[in-house]
Amino acid sequence: MPAYLARRLLFSVFVLWGAVSVIFLVLRLVPGDPATVLLGPDATADQIAQLRERMGLDESLIVQYGSYLRDVVRLDFGDSFRMNVDAMELVLSRLPNTAELAIAALTLSVLVGFPLGVLAALRANTLTDRVISVLSLVGQSTPAFWVGIVFILVFARTLDVLPSGGTGGWQHLVLPAVTLALPFLAILVRLTRSGLLEVIHEGYVQTARAKGLRESVVIFPHAARNALIPVVTVVGLQFGQLLGGTVIVETVFAWPGVGRLLVDAISHRDYGVVQAAVLFIAAVFVLVNLVVDVLYGYLDPRVRLAG
Amino acid sequence: MTDTLTDLGRRPAAPVPEPAVRSRSKPGSGRIRFASAVIGLYVLVAVFGPWLVGYDPVATSTGDRLLPPGSRTEDGSLAIFGTDQVGQDLLAQVFQGARISIAVGVATLLLAGLIGVTVGVVAGWYGRWLDGALMRLADVQLTFPSILLAIFIAALLGPSVVNVVIVLAISNWVTFARVARSQVLVTKNRDFVDATRTLGARSWHLVRHCVLPACAAPVLVVATVEIGHVILAEASLSFLGLGTPSSSPSWGVTIANGRNYLGDAWWISTIPGICLALLVVSFGLLGDALRDRFDPKLKNL
Repeated sequence: MPAYLARRLLFSVFVLWGAVSVIFLVLRLVPGDPATVLLGPDATADQIAQLRERMGLDESLIVQYGSYLRDVVRLDFGDSFRMNVDAMELVLSRLPNTAELAIAALTLSVLVGFPLGVLAALRANTLTDRVISVLSLVGQSTPAFWVGIVFILVFARTLDVLPSGGTGGWQHLVLPAVTLALPFLAILVRLTRSGLLEVIHEGYVQTARAKGLRESVVIFPHAARNALIPVVTVVGLQFGQLLGGTVIVETVFAWPGVGRLLVDAISHRDYGVVQAAVLFIAAVFVLVNLVVDVLYGYLDPRVRLAG
Repeated sequence: MTDTLTDLGRRPAAPVPEPAVRSRSKPGSGRIRFASAVIGLYVLVAVFGPWLVGYDPVATSTGDRLLPPGSRTEDGSLAIFGTDQVGQDLLAQVFQGARISIAVGVATLLLAGLIGVTVGVVAGWYGRWLDGALMRLADVQLTFPSILLAIFIAALLGPSVVNVVIVLAISNWVTFARVARSQVLVTKNRDFVDATRTLGARSWHLVRHCVLPACAAPVLVVATVEIGHVILAEASLSFLGLGTPSSSPSWGVTIANGRNYLGDAWWISTIPGICLALLVVSFGLLGDALRDRFDPKLKNL
């Protein structure tokens, strides 16, 4: 286990380093002076000269890269020129809102998606299964921003039962959380269904049945545990897409989280904040993947032994 | 006896089709036919629609603003889908959007496929450290939320059709690379390849005549699965104002424009969204059906 952990940890650091390097490269490949790009069109010549010096733009690329990496390790992403505060602090101040939204969506998807997937697998190839499968395909294929708009139209404008945006009580959380959860829930249903169908014919499940166990006991501790293994990995991988989805859902529902901050920063060309937000989301994503990998190794010993 | 054997099998094997009934019972025939018909219709609309119902991105007609579906405009023509906030016919805009969204999807897949297959073939064929390096790169990219990468690059490049294609191709090449690589690994040590090599064929000839044909089918299946995702991603970027510019409005742009008029004109956002969802569902159905029929192994990629 320690060797497996170390390998995964090393890979995570490697991924983060990759993300940082990509951001560095993209900023320098964009036509124009990176300092001018970072500060936006409203910056004064003084500000640009200052940032040019700070970024060391007159030095060679290698030197620039070195000092950039040093800043990243110190978690120093510069300031938001628009709000005049530290960019990373701004991102962190929005974190609780995004976390609330993401956790609500995740909980909802698991609570609804997993039972639906099990139901579809148990009733494989019946009408119930077909309906669930078609619904999950539709859920996966419908753009989140559009679902959000339709929800606002129906529940906020027409029925007037839920607020259309902003934060407040639990009512404000319902629409964004459901919108964010839908595609994720749909994937979870499909995975649970196919995972369970794969193990349901295995010998040990037959044995459990032959021992005369009740069907519910056969499915839950026996079959479901192995069916869950691939589901856990994909939940981890898809969690990143869910984090990406917060950017869109927060924009639709005016939810003051990291994603909305990112979009606002982009439209104001506040690239210090853009950089900090992108790196922050990437870091959270890498961390989640690491946790999933460790969990995976714990659930399925073959993974950590195989190397 | 047959029942016992099936029950004891480790997992249900794919049913061996009887030659006589094969043409009727191929898996997914109904799905393939339905989805192909819908997609065919969209392609027809994308090609001929804007030509039938002219669309001028800068035209405005204040008297025709926000007319509901089925109204008559000032010049007496019927606005089946209604009009938008500047008096543009929504049907014309949806047709134009179909053209842009499908064109961006196809162009992105061509570029992503070209990059991905090249990387995959190079990695699979040469192996060793090159394979390791390229596939680690692919892993790194897979562990990064693709929409985030697209947003970041698009924000810096600015909105334009070409930039959207580039951005989406960068975030979608990995799947193609993985599929191509695994096909190369399977093919490269087959006897017929060895035989061709013995006859004196060089790498380039072997790749072109032995390896690439083997990649074609799985790559096409993956492309069908991916195109729906690409069209969705394009719409999301456009919705955020990072995709196609308003001079070439894709569905995402029209949906975003309609957001400010939800109270008075539900149709502006709703109709393009339904069009978009139906197309993506059809691609999803077709992709799944093709995969089930030709290559169930691809499920995990």
